[in-house]
Amino acid sequence: MGRTRVIDLRSAARVWQRNLWVYRDRWYYGLLPNFFEPLFYLLGLGVGLGYYVSSGGQFGQDYLSYIAPGLVAASAMNGAAFETTYNVFVKLHFGKLYDAMVTTRVNMEDVAVGEWWWAVTRSVIYGGIFLLITLFFDTPLTWRLLLAVPAIALVGYCFSAIGLAFTSVIHIIDVFSYFFTLFITPSFLFSGIFFPVQERFPVSLVWVAQATPLYRAVRLLRGIINGHWQGLGYDVVYLLVVGTALGVFAIWRMQRRVIR
Amino acid sequence: MSSTEAVVEVASLVKRYGDVHAVEGVSFEVRRGEFFGMLGPNGAGKSTLMRMIYQVTPSTSGTLRVLGMAAGERARAIKQRLGVVPQMDNLDTELRVMDNLLIYARFNGITGVRARQRAEELLVFADLVEKRNVMVDELSGGMKRRLTLARGLMNDPEIVVLDEPTTGLDPQVRLNLWNKLEELRTQGKTLMMSTHYMDEAERLCDRLVIMDHGSIIASGAPQALIHDHLPPLVIEARAEAGEGHRLEDAAGKLGLDAVRSGDRVSVFVDDADAALASLRGQGWRLERAFVRPANLEDVFLKLTGRALRE
Repeated sequence: MGRTRVIDLRSAARVWQRNLWVYRDRWYYGLLPNFFEPLFYLLGLGVGLGYYVSSGGQFGQDYLSYIAPGLVAASAMNGAAFETTYNVFVKLHFGKLYDAMVTTRVNMEDVAVGEWWWAVTRSVIYGGIFLLITLFFDTPLTWRLLLAVPAIALVGYCFSAIGLAFTSVIHIIDVFSYFFTLFITPSFLFSGIFFPVQERFPVSLVWVAQATPLYRAVRLLRGIINGHWQGLGYDVVYLLVVGTALGVFAIWRMQRRVIR
Repeated sequence: MSSTEAVVEVASLVKRYGDVHAVEGVSFEVRRGEFFGMLGPNGAGKSTLMRMIYQVTPSTSGTLRVLGMAAGERARAIKQRLGVVPQMDNLDTELRVMDNLLIYARFNGITGVRARQRAEELLVFADLVEKRNVMVDELSGGMKRRLTLARGLMNDPEIVVLDEPTTGLDPQVRLNLWNKLEELRTQGKTLMMSTHYMDEAERLCDRLVIMDHGSIIASGAPQALIHDHLPPLVIEARAEAGEGHRLEDAAGKLGLDAVRSGDRVSVFVDDADAALASLRGQGWRLERAFVRPANLEDVFLKLTGRALRE
């Protein structure tokens, strides 16, 4: 029996809308932590630890402004990662929500795309709030910040696809601790948010850090916010290619898990 | 009441999962306006068959057409005109009752005032008007089932597919749901239901197929099925411990059709008094024997040698 491969964007939009309805009812539970998290990071690491870090680093900035763009990228990553791992897994396994959705005009491919878009939306909310908070900590208020928003969305696009792809292959919820401990956490620490990896990593390992999506995301956000454009095209292409490849894989896998 | 137009056409349909043969070459038709049943024990292939019909399981081979459209190729168009009530309640627990209905209308492309009106009507139909703003988890089991039914009706479907709709419900809740289903039938909807309850199939279905191990082993109207396979009456007798097979043999020697399950023996007869008299004439006391009309459960027992629910 042939499967309808074409994705119906209107159906995907309705799956996105379903998530919006849920969020609409309880956004105030999630939003406040979204404000505090960046505040704590910027105060603790930027204002606190930054005092002891000699200023005049990479771009002649103080430490707080050095780490702020990277933290924006990391918060977009976290938003996407949580949404596409635990949340999607619960809907897939325990709620059997997707099994119900696909009895309507909506196909499973549309569901996967809708969830992907929603995760991008969440990461724009997370990352956008973080960006706003950094304005109170010396981030220059320039027109370039308008470009930072689509950049955050691109980071969300890539990390949502990574999260969805991971969720689509695992069967036990505990396996997510591997994802977070062995991928998200090291990405956070070693992707150039807190120090330039090319200066502190052994030469033979620099490429590992540079191959991670978060390294690209941090470079992109830092470049846009500071107005250093050189090489950003590579970062954009990298995030687009990795996101699209893993997203397509995730759609295919999720389709096979529900339609069986 | 039912026309001859076939709204579901199934021919030599097969579904295999590796070596597991879930559905093994079934063929039947469902006509517009009828209440069609699939009766069989757990694992007979009913759910797989239903899932193929509502387009969430691809078939391995065979043909399947729903409302004249080829399954798979036209999945979206078919699903848009089908209402599905799955076996387990998979309501959206993160949304309120009303939003559960509205979002399903949207999934099927129905928005705005039309969706609202339809949801209001169905809240009345499902006796859930006062629960409209309640979260799903606060509903009782029967309410959840009625909401699942209402959700499946949001797109005003031509065919309603119900997978074991009353499994696990209290008797009075079942009765209430049966009334709702009969109401839908009088509205002219085509209904397809799978069940492993003989009484449910007998009461509701115009026509049904009996399934076992992925195949259809009998089909027809409930009364005709009973009439075709069995005499009208059944003597239910219980032998002394360990004597069951002897009683079965004794009935057999008298030319009676008997099926044994442990020490319980069911004897299918035209004339119950005469049969009881002959058995008692052979020394069987059968003090606790009673006579009842034959039913679909007996047909299944007769055809497979097993009870529907074991």
